[in-house]
Amino acid sequence: MSRNLSRRSLLAGGVAAAVAAIGVAATAAGRRFGLVPPDAEGVFAAGNTLNYAAHRIFSRNALAREFPRSAISAKPFANKIDVSAEVFARHQAEQFANWRLDVGGLVDSPTPLSIESLRGMEVRSQITALTCEEGWSYVAEWTGTPLSAILQARGIRPSAKYVVYFAADGWWDSIDIDEAMHPQTLVTWGMNGGDLPVKFGGPLRMRVPRQLGYKSVKFIDRLLVTDSVADLKITTNARSYAWYSGI
Amino acid sequence: MTDLSHTAAWAPDAAQPTSAPTTPRTQGHPRFVRITHWLTTIATIALVVSGVELIISHPRFYWGEVGNVNTPALFSLPVPSSRATVHTAYSFILPDQNGWSRSLHFQSAWLVLFAGIAYLVASARSGHISRRLVPARSDRTWRALRASIAEHRRVESDSQHSPGVYNVLQRIAYFGVLFVLFPLVIWTGVAMSPGFTAAVPWSVTILGGHQSARTLHFVAMIALVLFTVVHVVMVARAGFRRMMRSMITGTSAAQP
Repeated sequence: MSRNLSRRSLLAGGVAAAVAAIGVAATAAGRRFGLVPPDAEGVFAAGNTLNYAAHRIFSRNALAREFPRSAISAKPFANKIDVSAEVFARHQAEQFANWRLDVGGLVDSPTPLSIESLRGMEVRSQITALTCEEGWSYVAEWTGTPLSAILQARGIRPSAKYVVYFAADGWWDSIDIDEAMHPQTLVTWGMNGGDLPVKFGGPLRMRVPRQLGYKSVKFIDRLLVTDSVADLKITTNARSYAWYSGI
Repeated sequence: MTDLSHTAAWAPDAAQPTSAPTTPRTQGHPRFVRITHWLTTIATIALVVSGVELIISHPRFYWGEVGNVNTPALFSLPVPSSRATVHTAYSFILPDQNGWSRSLHFQSAWLVLFAGIAYLVASARSGHISRRLVPARSDRTWRALRASIAEHRRVESDSQHSPGVYNVLQRIAYFGVLFVLFPLVIWTGVAMSPGFTAAVPWSVTILGGHQSARTLHFVAMIALVLFTVVHVVMVARAGFRRMMRSMITGTSAAQP
């Protein structure tokens, strides 16, 4: 019995040591290959890391599903918004002629962009689903400037690892450089053939179709290219949603 | 006591004739079954709790690709919601708990996945599934099935039931949960992930779309909960303490 027990405890100890060793090795390899998300901490470190790593291994360059024109939702749902700021109202009255998108951080030429100048850059239109973490969804045609085109035009530096985007209503979020350079990640200014309505995030909305709706921040007016988001409480909301929302 | 020996399911090893002597090797639950059983139990409780929490942020279900409060629902649950944008019969709004619920849900799903893989690997090595889970050849008749159902209705206390030795109804139920319900609930779960469906678009299109996947995920969860209720009732009927002991320690003290 005691021999059996000691054999069992030896086995358990061996398994625990192996798991710990694999964990340490996996974390080191993960950091090396960009598979560890910035919120890999706390009780959900394992789950957050596994979600992010699995998606970065198996679908780093995959394209979000696009739909035929017939799939466009007749009645898309505009979630509640709160942009009561006086400044926003003034921009709205000016039809956003003086709205600027600041581009700062790890870029060579941090010159702000007007909506007119954005429209003059590369244009991409795509019919994709906006899927909310709550469970609802709709399909719309989104038209905008690929974020990659903006970053390249502004001279993104090789040390860049994240792009943070800030909104006029105080909201903000960030994505990794793979998502930022992905062809479907758009700084959107058009929807279903017209201008992007304010209730859907106009004048400018970041659209990240491979992630859930909370990454598609409305009313953006500033981009920050950075090599770390550790010092920026990486998620907008105090309710601590996971940073990676591809799931 | 009813004579149960005429169904091969009560034999310790389906591949053996019913009169084969019971040996310790085929009695009781193997260690890998006990470990993966409890890991799955813990993870499933966490998945149901967090899943219910996520549902109340939008307790409406749809079929097809899209669905939101501007489109008709396939069905809605008569529960309050944690979002003001969802109209319910209740005048109050529940607090938003989706942040930790989502993280707990995915972390627990990974645990189920790893436990399932470990179970399959260990089963493949020992032949556990073909010996103990697939209904014995002699039980693959309607007559044997009817006989087993009749026994379940007649026998008030399965005090003779040997833990780890499954009759034909148990085999069908466990096989269905392991190879139909869990794969379905995992599949419909990942089919809701825009990152996953970017890489594997057919995983959601053959289900009929994102909202169909969400609705099927809910139905599969209900089926898993119903199985669990029946499972726990049957365990209680067979002797809760003895059954729990056997699933924890692998031994059953009541055995002669």
